[in-house]
Amino acid sequence: MNAPNSFRAQPDDRGHFGAYGGRYVAETLMPLVLDLEREYRAAKADPAFQAQFDDLLEHYVGRPSPLYHAERLTEAVGGAQIWFKRDELNHTGAHKINNCIGQILLAIRMGKTRIIAETGAGQHGVATATVCARFGLPCVIYMGAKDVERQAPNVFRMKLLGAEVRAVTSGANTLKDAMNEALRDWVANVHDTFYIIGTAAGPHPYPELVRDFQSVIGREAREQMLARTGRLPDLLVAAIGGGSNAIGLFHPFLDDGDVAMLGVEAAGEGLDAKHAASLAGGFPGVLHGNRTYLLQDDDGQIAEAHSISAGLDYPGIGPEHAWLKDVGRVEYTSVTDTEALDAFQLLCRTEGIIPALEPSHAIAAVARRAKQMQPDQVILANLCGRGDKDIFTVAEALGVAI
Amino acid sequence: MTRLSGAFALGPALVCFVTAGDGPTPAILDALVDGGADVIELGMPFTDPMADGPAIQAANIRSLAAGTTTADILRIAADFRERHPQVPLVLMGYGNPMLRRGPEWFAAAARDAGVDGVICVDVPPEEDEALGPALRAAAIDPIRLATPTTDAARLPRVLDGASGFLYYVSVAGITGKQQADTASIEAAVARLKAATDLPVAVGFGVRTPAQAAAIARVADGVVVGSAIVEIVAAHGADAPAPVAAYIKTLKDAVASARKVSA
Repeated sequence: MNAPNSFRAQPDDRGHFGAYGGRYVAETLMPLVLDLEREYRAAKADPAFQAQFDDLLEHYVGRPSPLYHAERLTEAVGGAQIWFKRDELNHTGAHKINNCIGQILLAIRMGKTRIIAETGAGQHGVATATVCARFGLPCVIYMGAKDVERQAPNVFRMKLLGAEVRAVTSGANTLKDAMNEALRDWVANVHDTFYIIGTAAGPHPYPELVRDFQSVIGREAREQMLARTGRLPDLLVAAIGGGSNAIGLFHPFLDDGDVAMLGVEAAGEGLDAKHAASLAGGFPGVLHGNRTYLLQDDDGQIAEAHSISAGLDYPGIGPEHAWLKDVGRVEYTSVTDTEALDAFQLLCRTEGIIPALEPSHAIAAVARRAKQMQPDQVILANLCGRGDKDIFTVAEALGVAI
Repeated sequence: MTRLSGAFALGPALVCFVTAGDGPTPAILDALVDGGADVIELGMPFTDPMADGPAIQAANIRSLAAGTTTADILRIAADFRERHPQVPLVLMGYGNPMLRRGPEWFAAAARDAGVDGVICVDVPPEEDEALGPALRAAAIDPIRLATPTTDAARLPRVLDGASGFLYYVSVAGITGKQQADTASIEAAVARLKAATDLPVAVGFGVRTPAQAAAIARVADGVVVGSAIVEIVAAHGADAPAPVAAYIKTLKDAVASARKVSA
């Protein structure tokens, strides 16, 4: 395959990233998805929309997030200099809020009066509940019953923020089932309801608009890195569930040919056991509105994903990552539950930062890769969420009663 | 004339859906025909049936838990075709199981099993190239769905490349929920029939003979699904007899309804 002139020109006008993406939705939703695309094009061209988005990111979310040189971690690992984009310092504790601000402004612009969302770890649910409280819109969050159980603090946060949390008991009771249920709600309430999808996946234009809203991460990081060091990083690293924090970091750098990129999937208990690594262990297929890599069997039945991190526990991946893998612009690897737990503890003790289990996967890959690089090289990883929500899961995994 | 167009040419057709592999499917299909079904929709179970309500979701789960494979479904279809050479059979389901081995493989396998048409819930006209060309090359009708949200501007897009019949989903929602009122169905069918010569079958939420008759008066076909699937859920291995009895009540109602010109 020839390299395209730009890696930043996707998707095409039908929402395809190469062979991936598209609009695989039921007819009832199709007119709505086309409406959303029209409205997003108009919003993107409207300076007032952009100004409101930027203002909220600055004064409500707390952007720009810092760029931090992790000197003690660098020393402990040995090799390349390790830097973090501190998106865990955002309001609500993760990168998810960037996207929610953008989408709720779109919802209001479209005259929608009710918001729905799906959530896995609960970070997107909390971020959605937050923006709904901020703008006074009623909000229903679909969450797998199993996740409701293992992410109890976030369930309570959503309720405090005024959201209704509906535990989903269909299928495997996790994120994909929550997404099915949100789609069923949407199809029955098309006239007044806006679906805030939490990752850079789903029917076009969601993968594009979520990427655009999250690209603030990469744009800031690129400027900050140039200002602080006068150079671009050698390697970007980010964890991938659906892939929104990774595409947000990567996209502004895609045409910087000297910047390598590494996406980190969740290998769970190992790639030969239960895992959530759709690129490493899946095949292209169609689910939840887009064509992408999916964990599935020979008949196209979707497999259950597994990761210690509820936020990575999804059997698919955003379609732009599927394309970036195929064209070879981004390298993808995977990290097991055990490796992520080790990295979680390493960051706590070397830097005084408790990371979420999602970026702990990225940190494990950073440690692995830094050792193979020189001290004058730079790795920039996205610290996309903080770990307060995960302390119970980690305690259980470490055999500690709290 | 194809089997499908023939079924609609004789007056309002009764279109009956069941999920493959949920209960004794071959005997249930025979019961549908005995009761008077004019067209059979054989549902392909999927792990993530996101357009379906609780009844058909549960049927999908039961079928997959019983180990139903794509090969099993094709075998059920082929055996049905042998027993019932004249009754049109349509496969209905989601894109991923249909596309897993490639659209050409699926279309050829469906053709070899004697399938007349395919309804794919989540491959809209915008993504037609994923499945449509392969079906047409195998002389299988790609049956399209129209909904209350399909407005006049969009309708030509839906009809372009559609064949067999047009499935009007009468409510914006999932399967098995409340039925739309007769007046709105009548207006919608009139709008659709002004735009196409394809037969228009109306479904979603139809369960009583009276509802079926009301639709049969204004449309070319009535689709019943969740209500049949619920009988299968309640009776399991003994489902064929109550299914046949239920279909007969619907068939009598549909047959007695006089179709008025729209």
